[in-house]
Amino acid sequence: MAKIVVEVMLKPEILDPQGKAVASALPRLGFTFATSVRQGKRFEIEVAGDPTPAQLAEVEKAVGTLLANPVIENYTVKVEK
Amino acid sequence: MRVGVVTFPGTLDDRDAARAVVAAGGQAISLWHNDADLKSVDAVVLPGGFSYGDYLRCGAISRFAPVMKSIIDRAEGGMPLLGICNGFQVLCEAHLLPGALTRNHELHFLCRDQVIKIENNNSSWTSNYEIGQEILIPLKNGEGSFQCDDATLAQLEGENRVIARYVGENPNGSRNLIAGITNSRGNIVGLMPHPEHAIDPLTGPSSDGLAFFTSVLKAAVNS
Repeated sequence: MAKIVVEVMLKPEILDPQGKAVASALPRLGFTFATSVRQGKRFEIEVAGDPTPAQLAEVEKAVGTLLANPVIENYTVKVEK
Repeated sequence: MRVGVVTFPGTLDDRDAARAVVAAGGQAISLWHNDADLKSVDAVVLPGGFSYGDYLRCGAISRFAPVMKSIIDRAEGGMPLLGICNGFQVLCEAHLLPGALTRNHELHFLCRDQVIKIENNNSSWTSNYEIGQEILIPLKNGEGSFQCDDATLAQLEGENRVIARYVGENPNGSRNLIAGITNSRGNIVGLMPHPEHAIDPLTGPSSDGLAFFTSVLKAAVNS
């Protein structure tokens, strides 16, 4: 069984108010390392066996159709074993 | 005129939208998300709410409901289609309108009466307003910040497709204070604030929202 991991992030030019709120909460707790925080989504999709290139292409299509909105988001698709 | 009002799981404002259609003199027809039959309607309203719990992204799942396929087909053929709040988010997710609605820039869910200015009265839903007219209608959303890339923004402005802008301080971080936009044909309109809640001073801050619904009735009579 393999796990396909999809990470979706807002495009850099799109304002991320949630990330900003996290970034401003960190120093209040004494964590002063962050100059910026961006928040995104991670999907873990399990499939039977190693995904074939055709299946991965299908996953890419599904991500572009449903899991991410390409108008405002970028995404990556990786396979974890 | 028969105006369909769609109910998705999690829709909140379908009753007020239907009431607004009736107040304008139309016949409100309930449409169900899981039924592709549009029941011979002449126009459709996608009302506000939290369809599918806003899971994934607002409107991302509702946009693939069976009723949406029929609505997209008809709207591309010119049928008037108004998306309010969550309905606007559905229209953007369906790529019937450009851009996307993202989290309000101050993160707060806003619920207040908001002045907006009508900028375009050529659309099917705004023809009964005057250009520059300021109206007071409720604004209530958490993800109402209209975002798009610079080229899209220039196109929307250049083609006069911004139908309404917020007046005063920007409530949610929307680019160019955009409260609503239309497609190039003018039959599809997305609007973040809620005209259907402002059709009667008894139940809303004004009756300023009613003209969205009388506009579409006029469009049908003239067509």
